[in-house]
Amino acid sequence: MKMHIIILTSLAMLPINSAISDSATIENLMQSYKANGAVSPSAEQGKRLWGKTFKAKGAFAERSCTTCHTDDLTATGKHVKTSKVIKPMSPSVNPERLTKTRKVEKWFKRNCKWTLGRECSVQEKADILLYIANTTSF
Amino acid sequence: MKSTLAISAIIFTVGLVTVPLVFSDNDFRWGGLEEYEQKSTGVPGINNPLYKEECASCHIAYAPGLLPARSWEKMMSGLDDHFGDNAELDADTYREISAYLLKNSADKSDYRRSRKIARSIKAGDAPLRISETPYFKHEHDEIPNRMVSENTKVMSFSNCNACHIKAEQGSFNEHDIRIPGYGRWDD
Repeated sequence: MKMHIIILTSLAMLPINSAISDSATIENLMQSYKANGAVSPSAEQGKRLWGKTFKAKGAFAERSCTTCHTDDLTATGKHVKTSKVIKPMSPSVNPERLTKTRKVEKWFKRNCKWTLGRECSVQEKADILLYIANTTSF
Repeated sequence: MKSTLAISAIIFTVGLVTVPLVFSDNDFRWGGLEEYEQKSTGVPGINNPLYKEECASCHIAYAPGLLPARSWEKMMSGLDDHFGDNAELDADTYREISAYLLKNSADKSDYRRSRKIARSIKAGDAPLRISETPYFKHEHDEIPNRMVSENTKVMSFSNCNACHIKAEQGSFNEHDIRIPGYGRWDD
C-alpha cells in the first residue's frame, strides 16, 4: 500500500517537475541577459520588435519575425522559402518551446541575423523572450 | 534428405540475391558494373538524430549520399549564407555533422545511386544543389513543370519527399514515387 502511494505521488509530481524545469530555462536566460546589460525587460517592447519590419538586400526585401512565425504566437508558422511547417512559438500551446537554452540561443543567432541583418542585443533577446513566454514574472 | 534440403536452401538464397540484380534499374549511363554497386540500391538512409535536428528544421532532411564530399565541405563552409538563410552551428555540432556528411557522402558510399551521382559530376565541380547534378537532371528530364514547379503540393525539385515517399530512408526507386495530383510515375 505504501509503495502504491509513493508511486502515485511521483507520477502526480511529473508534470510539476517538468513545469519547474521549463521556467528554469527562461529564468536562467533572463538572469544571464540581465547580467550582460539588459535593463527592465518588457514583453510589450518584445511584441513591438516581433512585428517590426527590417529592410534586407536580395530575396525577401522586407523581413520580420512574423514573416515565418505569423503575428500569432499560438499559430503554426511556415518557412517563407521552403514552406516547411514551423510549430507555434508559444509554450502555452507548444510546451517544448523555451525548454533548452542551447536551442533558444541557436535560433536567436540564426534568425536575428536573417531578419535584422545582425545579432540581437541582450536587451532585444530579453524582451522577446518575455513576449514569447507570455510572462512578466522575471 | 538433409543434403537435399541444404542444396535447396543454397539455390533459394542465390536466387534471392541474383533476382533483384537481374531486374534492377539498368541505367548504366554513369555506372560500370563494379562489384560494390550490386550490393544495394538507393543512397544511405538518414540515421543521425543530430543531423535531423539541425539540418531538417527549415527544409526536408537531404540524405548525405546525394552529394559528394567536396560539395558538403563547401556547404558547411558557408552556413552563414545558406541559400540566403543563416544556418550557423556551434563548433561541436559543426564537427559532428561534417563528419557524418563526409562519411556518408555520394563518393564515399557503396550505394548504387550515390555512386552514379558522384560519377556524373565533373572532377572540378562541387554543386551545392542536388538538383544541379547531371545525374539528377538526367533522371528528371521527362518531368513536366505542371507536376513540380506549377504543382502547389510540390513547388520545387528541392522538396524530394513530396513525390519520393521514401526519400528519408534513401529510396528513390520508381515504385516509391507518388506525384501529388498525378499518382504513380512510370518511366
